[in-house]
Amino acid sequence: MMDLTGLSTRPSQVWGGVRLVPLVREEPLTDLRLHQELYDEGPGLVELGPRDSYLSYIPHGFVASWTGDGSPAAAYGTQLTSGRGELPTPCMPLQFHRRMVRRQAKDRLRFLPLHLALEGYLALHFGGPAIAWQEWSQRAIRNGLSPRAEEAYAGGQVHGLADALRIFEIHPNQCGLLVYTGDALAAAFAVPHPEDYRALHPSLVNDLYGELIHHYALLSAPLADFRTRIADAGIRSLADLRAAARRQEQDWALFHDSAMAGGLLDVPYTAQTVYRLGRFTLSRFLPPFALKQENHIGETITDEHGRIAYLKTFRLSENQVRRGHLLTRLAARDWHLAETAAELGITEAQLGLRLESAGFGYLLRQDVLDGYRKAARSRRG
Amino acid sequence: MDSYGDLIAADDVLLFVNAAITSTGQREFHSEEGEQRLSLDFLHAYMIGNYRDLYAAVLALDINDHNAALIVRRLLETAREASEQQRRSEGRLIARRLALLPPQRVYGLFRELRRAKVNNRRTRAVMRDWIAARPDPAFDAVKYRGGLKLALRHAHLVPTGEELGPFVFAPRSRKRYATPILESWRRAHYEQAALYELPYTVAEGFAAKHGIARAAFLERIAPRMTRLEQLRLQESGRTHRAGAVRADLTRMPLTRLASYVLGLPLADRVARRAELTDALRAAARRVAGAHRGSWGRVAAVLDDSFSTVGSGQKRRRPLAAALAAHHLLEALAGHYTALWTSGRTDALLSRPFGATPLGHRILDALDTAPERLVIVSDGWDNAPPGLAGEVLRIWRTRLDPERRTSIVHLNPVYDADDFDVRRLAPTVPTAGLRDAEDLPALVELAQFAEGRTGLAELTAYLDARTAHFLKDP
Repeated sequence: MMDLTGLSTRPSQVWGGVRLVPLVREEPLTDLRLHQELYDEGPGLVELGPRDSYLSYIPHGFVASWTGDGSPAAAYGTQLTSGRGELPTPCMPLQFHRRMVRRQAKDRLRFLPLHLALEGYLALHFGGPAIAWQEWSQRAIRNGLSPRAEEAYAGGQVHGLADALRIFEIHPNQCGLLVYTGDALAAAFAVPHPEDYRALHPSLVNDLYGELIHHYALLSAPLADFRTRIADAGIRSLADLRAAARRQEQDWALFHDSAMAGGLLDVPYTAQTVYRLGRFTLSRFLPPFALKQENHIGETITDEHGRIAYLKTFRLSENQVRRGHLLTRLAARDWHLAETAAELGITEAQLGLRLESAGFGYLLRQDVLDGYRKAARSRRG
Repeated sequence: MDSYGDLIAADDVLLFVNAAITSTGQREFHSEEGEQRLSLDFLHAYMIGNYRDLYAAVLALDINDHNAALIVRRLLETAREASEQQRRSEGRLIARRLALLPPQRVYGLFRELRRAKVNNRRTRAVMRDWIAARPDPAFDAVKYRGGLKLALRHAHLVPTGEELGPFVFAPRSRKRYATPILESWRRAHYEQAALYELPYTVAEGFAAKHGIARAAFLERIAPRMTRLEQLRLQESGRTHRAGAVRADLTRMPLTRLASYVLGLPLADRVARRAELTDALRAAARRVAGAHRGSWGRVAAVLDDSFSTVGSGQKRRRPLAAALAAHHLLEALAGHYTALWTSGRTDALLSRPFGATPLGHRILDALDTAPERLVIVSDGWDNAPPGLAGEVLRIWRTRLDPERRTSIVHLNPVYDADDFDVRRLAPTVPTAGLRDAEDLPALVELAQFAEGRTGLAELTAYLDARTAHFLKDP
């Protein structure tokens, strides 16, 4: 479950098929500030180890910084110059990141936001089958799941998102934003301090969004505003009117948090702690991979009470959910095909073919896969 | 009783007037330049096709120069379709409006007419009369050389005076000119000192040709600048330390001055607070004139949300309109309360920031029990959306049915998608706002925008305005 204490929902702003819901923090956190490292637009090469380099598009990297004594952190602008002078030059199309997360200075932690979470999803079973059942191919046992790449769209490619972000009016003390396309939650973003938010707001257009979101934005009709409606009856003075207006705002916040953002907030997540520094914890979380439902992966920085200081999510497409679901079930049964098939209520051959259609065919030994195909054919014939 | 068609006609005309006041075919915060132009062109075509008389009569209102030029152009293009009576009244309206337009606009219009190959007898007559009425033909020949040449050629005119013809069409044919400004222009090709006798825009080209340092140029050309050129070059002159570029801010038009103030960094505004406030107040008092202090208890809700940043082409225009309106209302009112949407109270330091909680601010304003409530906003009410409309509706229907408070909404932004300025509520009249100087006239016009006035009254109003417009010398 996600704890958004301290962040309150404000009225949404709509542009075309995109709805943006601001989150406002009455008391900003001052001892955790983020700052952005701009990488060149181009493929960034992330180096995990000697043989595991892979290509992926990384528009942003962030640097989190702490002030140990809890005093207010310096303004965003001045932090840019401190410590990290060597910003990449425009003529360097590739940047090498030694590890996805690493300590830079004594009190700095650098991470690549969505990248981290996408890797988490794929690395869930990165080691591959724990027990070398005979059906698994040599490659699956030796290398695990590879290549580790997932499809995502840059925000600029999402229809209407750039305009919606441009004309969005940032609230005073705003620390977060929920992006909906076609009224489906696309991404959630929250930071500790309003100034961080103002600095990062334009960068949302460079972020990664799932293919589902891209399609929804493209196909969605213009959305309707949730316009205020106040019943005439019972209003006898300006004070009544003011009270009715306040009630409307509370109703909206309640409705939004329960109905619209329910798929993000009321779901049990599997969180994995990546790093701990001071009172803050950086972790990535995975959804339950429930089929035909909203599934968000993401990363958080939480304080010692588990309240969210930083949040960034990515909504998985149906396809990705199916794959995650299969892998979760397999892992739960120690990668034993027959047992997993029994749990899912299908035959072993059907499970094999499902694995293949989900793009994991290379994990199975070729002769085993052929056997499954034959079984399926004879069944049909 | 008006027929249904008449009601629609009245509605259409008001819609068009609002568009003609606000839209300049430039980019706005919410729409692109192309959308604005397309939308505006449609309105013009629709109006001239259906209500030609009313379309021409709009020239008598305080519409912006861009739309005035467009109307004149369309009327001249379709001169053939007008009746004898229409031609006469249109001719007078066009002549009067052209005399009020800045000359560069008129020359631009002539250029457009030439490009569209409009060369009927009326067009030529209009051009002839306008050029003949110019106070200083030699000055025009220097400052608007290209425009004048094109107009002369298009309308088959012979320029007045013996020297102008050769100057415009074959300037190198003479060894010297007797008219001083023409002679300065000739000498400025070779002699740096001569260019300081020319108008600023012309001199600027020569300065570039001679490679004169910007600071030295600004210092010496300052006396030749027009009032608005001085205002525009204030900050440029300051950075170049050209002390001579010093505009008398108290003489500037109100809305321009507001734009200038909002263009200054906050630190400068704090440092020059007294000077800027005095200038704004003086400009407002000049506009208010005899009406000063006659409006009673006035409350204003002024929009300084992020959308008032305007666009790259209209920088902070909506906010400038609000700031100018603020000072004008202060001068007009007996007792005045200003409520900015951001909650700030220092008007001089306003900047576009935050959402638009218009509904809550209107509630605050109504709390002060004003006789008049003026709302200056682009109508994008979003925190929460639609609250302003609900508040205004319930105020009118339940809390103030006898209309003790008169409410008007002035909107400085044309909404291209709706072919109108955005409205807050059907019960509250909305009018377009270009310069805050027109505010009193707009409040009058806005009564028609409640949608219950008929065409007959509107036509009578337009006729009265037309008569007044044509009577003025």
